[in-house]
Amino acid sequence: MEMGLERLPMGSGATVTAVNTAPALKNRLERFGMVPGTRVVPRYRSCDGTVTAVEFRGTVVALRTRDLRDIRVTRP
Amino acid sequence: MRGQPVPRMTVALAGNPNVGKSTLFNALTGLRQHTGNWPGKTVGIAEGKCRAKGGVFRFVDLPGTYSLSGGSEDERIAAEYISSGEADCTVVVCDGSCLERSLILALQILERTEKVVVCVNLIDEARRRGIHIDAGELSRLLGAPVVLTAAGKKRGLEELLERIAAAVPVTLPRSWPDPVAAAQEIARSCIRRTEDTSARWRSRVDEILVSRRFGIPIMLLLLLLILWITVWGANYPSELLGKLLDSGYFLLKRWLSAAPGWLSGVILDGMYATSARVISVMLPPMAIFFPLFTVLEDIGYLPRMAFLLDGKMCRCGGCGKQALTLCMGLGCNAVGVTGCRIIDSPRERLLAVLTNAMVPCNGRFPTLILLGSLFFGGAGGALAVAGFTVLGVLGAMAASGVLSRTALKHEQSTFLMEMPPLRRPRIGQILVRSLLDRTLHIAGRALKVAAPAGALLWLLAKCSLLGSAAAALDPFGKAMGMNGVILLAFLLSLPANELLIPVILMALTGAISLQGIGDAGGELLMAAGWTWRTAVCTMLFTVFHWPCATTLLTIRRETGSLKQTAAAFVLPTAMGILLCMMVKLLLG
Repeated sequence: MEMGLERLPMGSGATVTAVNTAPALKNRLERFGMVPGTRVVPRYRSCDGTVTAVEFRGTVVALRTRDLRDIRVTRP
Repeated sequence: MRGQPVPRMTVALAGNPNVGKSTLFNALTGLRQHTGNWPGKTVGIAEGKCRAKGGVFRFVDLPGTYSLSGGSEDERIAAEYISSGEADCTVVVCDGSCLERSLILALQILERTEKVVVCVNLIDEARRRGIHIDAGELSRLLGAPVVLTAAGKKRGLEELLERIAAAVPVTLPRSWPDPVAAAQEIARSCIRRTEDTSARWRSRVDEILVSRRFGIPIMLLLLLLILWITVWGANYPSELLGKLLDSGYFLLKRWLSAAPGWLSGVILDGMYATSARVISVMLPPMAIFFPLFTVLEDIGYLPRMAFLLDGKMCRCGGCGKQALTLCMGLGCNAVGVTGCRIIDSPRERLLAVLTNAMVPCNGRFPTLILLGSLFFGGAGGALAVAGFTVLGVLGAMAASGVLSRTALKHEQSTFLMEMPPLRRPRIGQILVRSLLDRTLHIAGRALKVAAPAGALLWLLAKCSLLGSAAAALDPFGKAMGMNGVILLAFLLSLPANELLIPVILMALTGAISLQGIGDAGGELLMAAGWTWRTAVCTMLFTVFHWPCATTLLTIRRETGSLKQTAAAFVLPTAMGILLCMMVKLLLG
């Protein structure tokens, strides 16, 4: 099932199918190693919900939740 | 050269941010580059030397980067340096606990330069997390020597130096069309995983620290606790130090009894008395604050704080990282301004630079504590520091909000911040680092300013120039709820905020009273017509006025623009003047 990364429940894994964010962010995400095929797990969300920490390739990276909509993932 | 120790070698240290490059650099060179558990501390290029293996190694610590192809300033610096061939050998420092990501950069470097040694650092942490790396296999796949190190514990450094000295051009695969996929493949084939024994407590603690319910309260409590320990803990040592320096005063006085009056005046009542006051007032709080703050830095709390505050800072046109730089400003605004380099968007960075000085720094805490406790009782000191610090932060946020909607209008930038794993603080190192490097460094800098300023002040006082200048400023001071002496003191303490109280006392008495300011100082101020309203306005202006000279110079260096430096001067000053006038009108 494909969906935006922002809808993935905390702690559940999925695989990235497409990164459609703004080019600047897409570029930076690529440098962190987030490309189609990468396994991601959202870890926690800030109290007002605006930021989400996502784990991939052994690191945790904080991203704005609204940017996560443009990262498409599938759950097995 | 083959295998022989090289007499002189330039070695570049490259790697992702926060993989312990600076710790490795310090361990190898014996220098003390600032380290901490958050990405982006090393700014610019640091150099150091190390004699070993019969040769001299010159190490160049490059800023941390995730790639060599990105657009940021740091990435450009690192990429240019590596491609320039200036280094005889490049050491790629990788994080053993997330090897896969580190390898992406390693592969890019292997494509660009010939002599490379791959150093897999933080190997102790990786082992604790159940990650075991086969160095031989990794070396075979990369076609370059691989050394496992734990720089914090000085493990593996000997072997690293040997490998650097013996480095030969790499021969194996020179190109990886898809470095991300290649890194994944390579990491998979040389890592063996066992159970991660620390994962549970780590994620449990992490969840609590950033949780919706406890995150913000824990953060506020931590900051309050640090401030409270600083204020409360500094009391006694301050007093002791003051007494000690008092006896020094009388000792010096005996020595100088034969000297002409003006000379002993300049040296004793000018230079010595001012320096003594600045030291006794400033050193103890800093010696307490910096180690405490360094603990937060070392365990990796700062990025979590930025995470918690990003939403709020967003509404003010900033980002979470600005909250982080504001906190650094609590220690020293110049440090906070330099820290703004971690903010990616130029507009947001400028916002953070312009508003940083609204957070009271360690040089201003003493003024707040002193006036707070003199006019509002013992607990008043702690409350004043807490209250005015919060006010400063709110002011910075409000100013950011207004600026980002007017003069510095910009699109909301994207936000991406690495959250490093929580680490146990290295207490011994923290004490040494923060005491020696930060506290003594800043105290030394303040002294350099205080001694000549003291001499000048004494001369001004003797020529009764202080008095006439204060009289000229009096109407302006009065309009802001203060008086001419206070305003003059603010002007004269431009070199360092710690000078404020000494200058006020000097202007009032013509000499700096070295007696404990506690009682005598209070009476002196009351006699000069101070009321609690004067104190409130003075504290307000202490928080909102121009940044000190060091901070201004730092802003000039960081922005490269006189106009922006001027803006950083005018903005908090204008806010201070307005606020003081409003308070004066309200309180009458």
